[in-house]
Amino acid sequence: MVGIVAYGAYVPRLRLSRQAVYDANKWFAGGLRGLAKGERSMANWDEDSITMAVEASRDCLTSHKAEDVRSLYFASTTHPFKDRQNAGVIGTALSIEQNLLASDVGGSQKAGTSALIAGLNASRNGGGPALVAAADKRMARVASSNELNYGDGAAALLCGTENVIAKLVGHHSVSMDFVDHFRGDEAEFDYGWEERWIRDEGYSKIVPPAIKAALEACKLKGGDVTHFIMPSLMPAVPKQMAKLCGIGEGAVRDLLGANLGDTGAAHALVMLVDALETAKAGDRIMVVAFGQGVDVLVFEVTAENAKLPKRKGLSGWMARRKEEKNYMKFLAFNEMLPIEKGMRAEFDKKTALSVLWRKRDMIYGLVGGKCKVCGTVQFPRSQVCVNPNCHAVDSQEPYAMAGLEASVMSFTADSLTYSPDPPAYYGMITFPEGGRFMADFTDSDKEQVKVGTKMRMTFRIRDNDTMRGGFKRYFWKAAPV
Amino acid sequence: MARGIKDKVAILGMGCSKFGERWDSGAEELMLEAYKECISDAGIDAKQLNAAWFSTAIDEVHVGKSGIPLSTTLRLPNIPVTHVENMCASGTEAFRGACYAVASGAADFALALGVEKLKDTGYGGLPGGRGGPLQALWSANGTAPGNFAQLATAYMAAHGVSGEDLKKAIGHVSWKSHQNGAKNPKAHLQKAVEMDTILNAPMIASPLGLFDCCGVSDGAAAAIVTTPEIAKSLGKHDIVSVKALQLSVSNGSESGHNSWDGSYFHTTRIASKKAYEEAGIKDPRSEVSMFEVHDCFSVTELVTMEDLHISETGKGWKDVLDGFYDADGKIPCQIDGGLKCFGHPIGASGLRMLYEMYLQLQGRAGKRQLKDPRIGMTHNLGGAPRENVSSVAIVGRFE
Repeated sequence: MVGIVAYGAYVPRLRLSRQAVYDANKWFAGGLRGLAKGERSMANWDEDSITMAVEASRDCLTSHKAEDVRSLYFASTTHPFKDRQNAGVIGTALSIEQNLLASDVGGSQKAGTSALIAGLNASRNGGGPALVAAADKRMARVASSNELNYGDGAAALLCGTENVIAKLVGHHSVSMDFVDHFRGDEAEFDYGWEERWIRDEGYSKIVPPAIKAALEACKLKGGDVTHFIMPSLMPAVPKQMAKLCGIGEGAVRDLLGANLGDTGAAHALVMLVDALETAKAGDRIMVVAFGQGVDVLVFEVTAENAKLPKRKGLSGWMARRKEEKNYMKFLAFNEMLPIEKGMRAEFDKKTALSVLWRKRDMIYGLVGGKCKVCGTVQFPRSQVCVNPNCHAVDSQEPYAMAGLEASVMSFTADSLTYSPDPPAYYGMITFPEGGRFMADFTDSDKEQVKVGTKMRMTFRIRDNDTMRGGFKRYFWKAAPV
Repeated sequence: MARGIKDKVAILGMGCSKFGERWDSGAEELMLEAYKECISDAGIDAKQLNAAWFSTAIDEVHVGKSGIPLSTTLRLPNIPVTHVENMCASGTEAFRGACYAVASGAADFALALGVEKLKDTGYGGLPGGRGGPLQALWSANGTAPGNFAQLATAYMAAHGVSGEDLKKAIGHVSWKSHQNGAKNPKAHLQKAVEMDTILNAPMIASPLGLFDCCGVSDGAAAAIVTTPEIAKSLGKHDIVSVKALQLSVSNGSESGHNSWDGSYFHTTRIASKKAYEEAGIKDPRSEVSMFEVHDCFSVTELVTMEDLHISETGKGWKDVLDGFYDADGKIPCQIDGGLKCFGHPIGASGLRMLYEMYLQLQGRAGKRQLKDPRIGMTHNLGGAPRENVSSVAIVGRFE
């Protein structure tokens, strides 16, 4: 039996008030009034699809060992790198490199489901556990409906054959070049065709036959589906599709538009995690993703789902929330505003790739050292033990620290250094097991950060080398637990 | 402990440029300004110099590398010139090199000159972006005020000092230095400032406000050293000799081992203890007449006075508020205005501190002259609380 064995999700902390967006833009686009309610998730300036996928993957692997993963698929339409494997960055951040097949999947809103099908098939064919991560951080033009409808987020699913929580009943795909929208390689934003055409000639004619074919292959009827998952920017469409296929209206899952927004290629998997969090044994989940064709997957929830160890999941990350009413900040974070950054923003961010390679376990995996002689944990790992009473040479073994909780020893809020979100919070964090370093903080407010505050390590963008086409430097930052 | 160099080296002459935003001058003009005063004070000819040490810390924004910029600017007689850099403690490092050359007998006359021209970067604060290609990948994107602000947060936590008390104490540190700086015609900032202005200034890196941070200045300072015997033979009176020179450098334990709580300078405690031993000082609180310490930030000075074993650990803030370190207090500290007001041209600062001690010991400090000082101590720190170079010099009357 192949299926899903664990799930995880990630949603950035900031939630942009749609009313605030509308208030700023209504002079120009009064027609957006109907969308001016609720909030959408908004990535912090140091988050992108890679960092969100790493977080979702860590959430997913709460119950499983990263080193057992044999293949890793990363689905997105906003991979930070066009040529440099994005999935490989995630793998290194999770400290899995050996025996790993990593692959980026993109180019369509159904990239998430296509990656999931690939992961399930790899696992079914003896490929071992497959991690499927999907994340998107799509840009939208100022005063567009997409700006209000999109959200930033990620999901991760571990596919396997043991202790399956949702077994794959079947899947079916069709692929055709129906261009409802596109984003060319010279564009930052989507260009879309008329919604009525997309609904009548696209969804209505392409989706129902695909669903019906999937049901037939699974020997099921529409009425057998307990949870119907189908992302769409047109909220009425999933209900129409369900109806056309005999799927009960009550089965149609909420699109999570009110407080999250549409997370692009990740959204079908985000909604699947949402469903799995409360699904009962025997529930049948149908996942449909539309984008130059359709992917349909059908799962049946097993009794194992209730036994899955607790994790944050979508609900946990959704609960960690800070409202953002400052639309200007959203624009600035997304480089949509030529804001005066000052000369300190001009410092060269060139990365020595040879150094990055030598130290990749330290930088991407937050792997420190533990002295075999005195037991002192330290970061970074060095040749001579840092313990003043030891100083043993060549005595350290790698010691993973990303999953450890740290506490703040000293900190500051710095208004002098350049930060896209001033003041910059940083400070010395110490790990109770041993080890400390001067870390940048993220997702931090004045009220939260004190001496002694417990911090969780999170994988983030440290710098963006815009002089060289946007090489993102990733490292770990500390965020209040 | 080694025998040390107590009384083996005398300061023959010193010079110091006007510090400040010297838009009129490059590093070369500043060097010459300090050197002219220094060599005329020493009363020797440049041809008599046997060796020179040249300190700059951020040479990439002005003079460039090597000893050549000094040799070329002063047209030195093709003598050895060693360029030294130990961050903000570079000035004392140049002095140390020159003193050791004289103490060893390798040189009869050695020059130490430090300079920094910071105000050609186009922005305020120290130039950023150092540390090498690995550090750039992981260490926090911090600044000097941000690093030292953490000394304040850790100090408060370690000693249970309230934010309000600490802010008042560090405010007093800066208030006192402004009072002193107002009497110093070479100081960058020569204006007394009200406590209210200090306490309500904009935040730079919390809890440090604008007045908790020292000036970023251009300037140069120089010393010519020889032996006390040669100084006497040249007819010098009121000879000032070197009693101790000590340096302690972090080895990573503060930044990497959980035994350090962030509230003090590990290195300063070590360097000052060794210096007292070298100088034969048993009770510094009663024996040292005056201090010039590295007040890059107000809180640095406060904590340093504990680490120099003058104030009790955790109680320094009370001494500060009691006026112990004021110009009319028991041991005046930063009588020339300190880094806070005299200014902080990195490579020159250690030498500038010695310049004030030298003037005071010779009774030449003008309006700031203290009554009969006998022992002066400088403390020159480079780096951040978690990782630094701490150098200490003790000078006094040669008796």
